[in-house]
Amino acid sequence: MPKKPTLIAFETPHAGPVSELCLAHGNRPDALLEILHDVQEQLGHVPESTLPVIAHALNLSRAEVYGVATFYHDFHLKPQGQHVIKICRAEACQSMGGFALIAALEKHLNVKLGGTTADGKVTLEATYCLGLCASAPSLMLNGVPKARMTLAKAKALLTEINA
Amino acid sequence: MIKIFVPRDSSAKAVGADQVAIAIAAEAQSQNISLQIIRNSSRGLAWLETFVEVETANGRVGYGPIEVGDVKRLFAAKFYEGGKHHLGQGLVEDIPYLKNQERLTFARAGITDPLSLEDYISHGGFAGLKKALALSGADIVKDVLDSGLRGRGGAGFPTGIKWKTVLDAKAEQKYICCNADEGDSGTFADRMVMEGDPFMLIEGMAIAGIAVGASKGFIYIRSEYPDAIATMKDAIRIATSAKWLGETIQHTEHSFSLEVRRGAGAYICGEETAMLDSLEGKRGMVRAKPPIPALEGLFGKPTVINNVLSFAAVPYIMAKSAKAYQEFGMGRSRGTLPFQLAGNIKHGGLVEKAFGISLRTLINEFGGGTASGKPVRAVQVGGPLGSYLSADQLDLPMDYETFASNMAMVGHGGLVVFDASVNMAKQARFAMEFCAIESCGKCTPCRIGSTRGVEVIDKIVAGENRSGNAVLLEDLCTTMTDGSLCAMGGLTPMPVLSALRMFPEDFGLPKNLKQAAE
Repeated sequence: MPKKPTLIAFETPHAGPVSELCLAHGNRPDALLEILHDVQEQLGHVPESTLPVIAHALNLSRAEVYGVATFYHDFHLKPQGQHVIKICRAEACQSMGGFALIAALEKHLNVKLGGTTADGKVTLEATYCLGLCASAPSLMLNGVPKARMTLAKAKALLTEINA
Repeated sequence: MIKIFVPRDSSAKAVGADQVAIAIAAEAQSQNISLQIIRNSSRGLAWLETFVEVETANGRVGYGPIEVGDVKRLFAAKFYEGGKHHLGQGLVEDIPYLKNQERLTFARAGITDPLSLEDYISHGGFAGLKKALALSGADIVKDVLDSGLRGRGGAGFPTGIKWKTVLDAKAEQKYICCNADEGDSGTFADRMVMEGDPFMLIEGMAIAGIAVGASKGFIYIRSEYPDAIATMKDAIRIATSAKWLGETIQHTEHSFSLEVRRGAGAYICGEETAMLDSLEGKRGMVRAKPPIPALEGLFGKPTVINNVLSFAAVPYIMAKSAKAYQEFGMGRSRGTLPFQLAGNIKHGGLVEKAFGISLRTLINEFGGGTASGKPVRAVQVGGPLGSYLSADQLDLPMDYETFASNMAMVGHGGLVVFDASVNMAKQARFAMEFCAIESCGKCTPCRIGSTRGVEVIDKIVAGENRSGNAVLLEDLCTTMTDGSLCAMGGLTPMPVLSALRMFPEDFGLPKNLKQAAE
């Protein structure tokens, strides 16, 4: 008989909720990516302190969980800005002036790709294709895709979120 | 009641379709006009999004591109009765872009509500699955084999042979995995299927499950597609409660359940073995082959892995016959391919046509040339690992073999058009840079070669021993092609070398590079 999944108490911050997220996926090791997504959705990032909690629940080594959390571009071990802009750097967007738009946004926000504004409000990061290649260039604001983007439209979006 | 259609495809939502739908509803209420707004799938005419349609006695009439600011004037023109407006596109079925297509996979695109089972079934949905439920696995596999369907993810491997291998493998558990990690720039057909006709993908995967004897399937969807993820999850729930999925499908002895898994922003997971590792909750590292996934795939079990478009082609084949599908196409490329016109193009969108159509027809007749109005200089076909073709290669017919013999690939059918302002040395550098960013790191030619590639291109552009470094770049590309474990490192040389050979002047090299190097 396989062992019934159980909750394990950890004394690190967020240990309780994170263990519960693991349990919601039956503590299955193949659900690790889903669990990391869930943790990031709840906490805004994947704090390193949660990795041993996940490893224990899934019966994996800490190294394995750390390896997965750091392999994928989506997961962040450090907190991000209040709002996240993922802007496309791929070819279709390039053909419609994507790189110039990125440079203009970097200048406007005074931050480089991968960085967060000094006030902690906006993180600007690269993505490679949002599947909106016939309406390029495109970006994603807090998980919502936006296309036919221009600097003026991007500035308007930033005003909407008060950043 | 008046029926208004506002697409829910993310290509429409990303340009304000939700706001347009809200504005139409609000204006209708204030004018006391009773109308029903249906959130349909997209027709794939991306330049016309948000494309609003109205049902009239003569058929649907379309308006686009509509923005919130146009809504009041649409009402003034009585668009809800099909009235004249300067954004009016007339009867939708008569728009040449649509009329001149051969839509088999995208037959329902723009017509139905993606999550309405009733719509799906009344437009021919589940006819293929119903047929398959009464057939033996071997008969289904034979139909898929006879149709000539080849893997639409890019490799073009015959789908029927893959299915037969899994059917013949002996195992307690087999799996069906759908590769929906559509990471190639310039492609969005998978996304449109998942957001616009999700039951078709479910039907295709269920048929695969019944054919090879697999009771469980996974759809691996990239996290960059939040709408596709949400729609597929909803569709699976709806199909399961209507017994088109789950235990004893339609009260037969067949069972097949489906689960959506999210990717996490790694391009390499579009490579099938990296995807398997990712589905198992691991780093997306490429596996060495053999063993092939058909024999030792997910969790070591026999696994069918196909692209969204391959599975999506199967319901048509089952419902209409292998022969009906096979009659489209040329040479060994049978059936249709949903081409995706992207980048610097006036009329970007989805064009489903039989194989054999030329790039020129796609770009000029359907696409209307570049968006900027400048001449076409280069077209990248088949994603970031596909070759750049020059403006004088546009008469090549889209066919797997023709493209392969011209050092190019059809891939997933995506075309990214570049106008005269493009610098091809920059594009070549980006191909190497992208490989360096996205390499899984398992094999040296890809992991290190890509970084060295960026450096050597920088040297050529900077004018440092140009001809010598061009030879070095060719040499490096040979090593990557021959020595890489998978297509990531193995095909990155395609865009690099095609740019170098077709556009040497952008690298500061003489026009006739071949002779200069010798």
